[in-house]
Amino acid sequence: MPTFAFKVNGIPSTVTVDDPATPLLFVLQETFQLNGPKFGCGLSQCGACTVLLDGQPIRSCVTDVSTVDGHSVTSLEGLSRLAGLGPNDLHPIQQAFVDEQAAQCGYCLSGPILYGYAFVRDNPGASREHIEKGVSGDLICRCCTNSRMVDAIVRYAREGRNAEESRQ
Amino acid sequence: MKLTNPLKLAGARPLSEKAIDALEHMEASRRDFLKTAGVMMIGFGVAGTARNARGANPSGNVDSSQVDSWVAIGADESITVLAGKCDFGQGFRTVQLQLAAEELFVSMDRITLVLCKTGITPNQGYTAGSFSTWTQFGGGGLRVAVDTARDALFQLASQYFNVPVSQLTVTNGVFSVIGGNPAGTVSYGQLVHGQPFNLTVNPKAVPNSPSTWKIVGQPVPRVDIPSKVKGTFEYAQKVRVPGMLHGKVVRPPFLDAHVQKLDKSAVNGLPGNPQVVQVNDFVGVVADTEWHAQKAADALAGAITWSAGETLPVQANLYAFMASQPSRDAFAVNTGDVDQVLSGAAKTLSARYLYPFQMHGSLASSCAVADVRGGTGGSATVKAWSATQSVYDVRTFLSALLGIPTANIQVVQVEGSGCYGGNGADPVTFDAALLSQAVAAPVRLQYTRKDEMTAGEHYGHPMVSNQKVGIDSGGKIIAWDNETVLMVRGEGPLAAFTFGGAPGPGNFIAGALAGLPTGQLVPTTTPAAPGGGLFWDFGNSVPPYSTGTVNGVNLGTGTVASQRSLTRLVASPLWTSYLRSPDHIQNTWSNESFMDEIAASLQQDPVLYRLRHLVDQRLIKVIHAVTDKAGWETRPSPRPGNRHSAVVSGRGIACVLYSGFDGYVAVVAEVSVNQETGVITVTKVTAGIDTGPVINPNGLRNQMEGQVIQGISRALIEEVQFSNFPGGGAVTTNDWDTYTVFEFGDSIPEIDTVLINNLDVAPTGAGETIITLMPAAIGNAVYDATGIRLRQIPMTPANFLAAKAAQKV
Repeated sequence: MPTFAFKVNGIPSTVTVDDPATPLLFVLQETFQLNGPKFGCGLSQCGACTVLLDGQPIRSCVTDVSTVDGHSVTSLEGLSRLAGLGPNDLHPIQQAFVDEQAAQCGYCLSGPILYGYAFVRDNPGASREHIEKGVSGDLICRCCTNSRMVDAIVRYAREGRNAEESRQ
Repeated sequence: MKLTNPLKLAGARPLSEKAIDALEHMEASRRDFLKTAGVMMIGFGVAGTARNARGANPSGNVDSSQVDSWVAIGADESITVLAGKCDFGQGFRTVQLQLAAEELFVSMDRITLVLCKTGITPNQGYTAGSFSTWTQFGGGGLRVAVDTARDALFQLASQYFNVPVSQLTVTNGVFSVIGGNPAGTVSYGQLVHGQPFNLTVNPKAVPNSPSTWKIVGQPVPRVDIPSKVKGTFEYAQKVRVPGMLHGKVVRPPFLDAHVQKLDKSAVNGLPGNPQVVQVNDFVGVVADTEWHAQKAADALAGAITWSAGETLPVQANLYAFMASQPSRDAFAVNTGDVDQVLSGAAKTLSARYLYPFQMHGSLASSCAVADVRGGTGGSATVKAWSATQSVYDVRTFLSALLGIPTANIQVVQVEGSGCYGGNGADPVTFDAALLSQAVAAPVRLQYTRKDEMTAGEHYGHPMVSNQKVGIDSGGKIIAWDNETVLMVRGEGPLAAFTFGGAPGPGNFIAGALAGLPTGQLVPTTTPAAPGGGLFWDFGNSVPPYSTGTVNGVNLGTGTVASQRSLTRLVASPLWTSYLRSPDHIQNTWSNESFMDEIAASLQQDPVLYRLRHLVDQRLIKVIHAVTDKAGWETRPSPRPGNRHSAVVSGRGIACVLYSGFDGYVAVVAEVSVNQETGVITVTKVTAGIDTGPVINPNGLRNQMEGQVIQGISRALIEEVQFSNFPGGGAVTTNDWDTYTVFEFGDSIPEIDTVLINNLDVAPTGAGETIITLMPAAIGNAVYDATGIRLRQIPMTPANFLAAKAAQKV
């Protein structure tokens, strides 16, 4: 059976599966017991399964595990590492979501948090309008907490990102 | 006796004077309760509390009349509170912690809150209907239980110090005597020393006065959000138990098709040791991993011969089809003089409003784990982990479905994603249990997206609403006549409530497939008479402007005395159940749009015209608060000077008293409309509420803001679509590309929330209030902007352009 080697939240790991087309999401959930990426649609239409692959948000529900061989996967649980924080800490964007109380059920949060993180990183100084339009693309919060989530990403862009950079 | 005013003591947590007064007059039996507190009880399974000493619970039921069923205080000072209203993202765990901490004079972090487990927490039915706050803070829920415990603690402390309760003060669970030795203290744990209370809940226990509140009323952060953003919060989808297998269901591809032939060998040789399960038309497969189960399900789906399915009405003819069906009729109000008053009116006006099937569309596809051991009968057992809104009702349904006594069934609620009503949470629990029973192992089942939107989903009711009013020569409404046609099938737990159907698991898709009977809608020959009482207008079919006169009592909020409101239920080919603001959003869309039409036909300002027909001061006040905040410009609609081309803007209002008692709300929506493309954009929403004392202002605003945007989604975008194929009818909106909803990147309006903190009344609900108004407020704003009246949901560009063409503005 094929074996694939990749980092999960910074930890070098190998996984052996009978089917290289097994979705990365199921491997993260069953083999690595991760809880951050979640099954929402299995179709890359909602964002609940989002993880970072080498820093870029992807949909783990439609990503064959074979394709991440040699790469690095980061989930909500491991995001704090990217800001130089401890494994149990909240990343500044996660803290911004707490500060804005930007969740209802919270099942979607891998999507808005990880896409928000990547967008702010790639678009420093982005305006609120830019963020509102840019953090998008088959990304759904069905509780419709969108306004608070955009508030949280804007807060991160203005406050958290600076703290993060000064720490690094 | 003369009471010391304890409010002067900084930092202390005193009883209110009213509560002290009630305690001073408490019955003798409760004074003596120390003497009866020595009864040992045996192990109950809630760690770290007096309940450790509680025993087997052979019936699986919890006596909610007993304080010990709600509160336990351990010798280690631990406080455990048990309640039966669940949290699924609306923040009700935090709210219940606030309530218990406030009434018990302790900080929230001292309390372990246990929610929604059969045999452990009180049976409080479904967490639904916007009834949770009203229930828990009212006379029949958590509040009276903790207040009875609080009174008992004061009584114990009074005996301990040998002073009247009026001389006691308490800080974070530690009593002392007012003006006494500061070192002389006694704690809850010391007073109770791990014993049960052995007290009956006093339904008249007096709540702490809002003037003393320190936790209730504050914007307390939600306790669940940090772990949710960190990714560590464990939803029902995360539950794993030893020996667990993964299941998938295979549903009929067409409506009500039956299994004719099933070739189980189709899964032979596939990885994961797949096992096929068939119970009548219920078909599923179980394997070692979710991926293997999915592969096996895909293979199995191609190996079933199904009978032809039923044919659906053509989508374009849905509303005509509905109106032509035999119906089960009931009046919410009928004063008997409507035809006569209408015939004498100076002017009459009529209109028809339409609302489609919509779906819950939870973001998580639903998931449950069931562990059925011993097959069926009196020695079999079940444990189920479910995102249900009612663990006890699911237990009852599982009992009927599996043939296992309720006493042998344990159901634990684990939070799923937001459900917005009766989503797939209960059906997937039944599906998982059927699979587990067949394979004699615990089975986890998570639906696919298509399953979530078609296989376990009971849709919200479509509606046809016919409206007619009579207006006198002074422009005042003198008669209001409406008729609402709604389509229902199954209704899940609400079969009896909605259409008098026999309750049972066959009212869910999953149970019906397994062969359990589904309640049938029996048409009436004459409509049922109005019922009156608290739920007289559940569904808000009666417009806010009616007096709501039933049996001589005015239950409504308005002035129109001649009134008739008839609801006609017809049988639906698609399964239905309650979807957030069930029937309220449909009826209010119709009532509040029509009220706007009436005002416009008389060239009246929509707010002033509404106020002219309202008497309820709370509703009037919230309308004023919202229109003041929104800067409402008093004038008739449409907006003067707007051109009939390009992009124009306008504003609209809607208001309602939810369910006739459960939250006074008003909304002003502002829109821009591109009259060439038909695209409607909501630019600003001002939403106001008076639902009694505000328990958690930040949490309430969060709920309101979410309802604004979800309301935009339902008003402008959402519609279940279906078609007929050679094999039968089927729903074609089965993923997020076909069932589109509000997404990130869509235009977010500016949202202004207005909270009226009304401390003079008991708290009521909020979770379905604002959304109820969104379609009408938006439609009215579109009319203000364009002069085009939209009478069909969703207000898509195509529907706008069709209305524009038909109305030739």
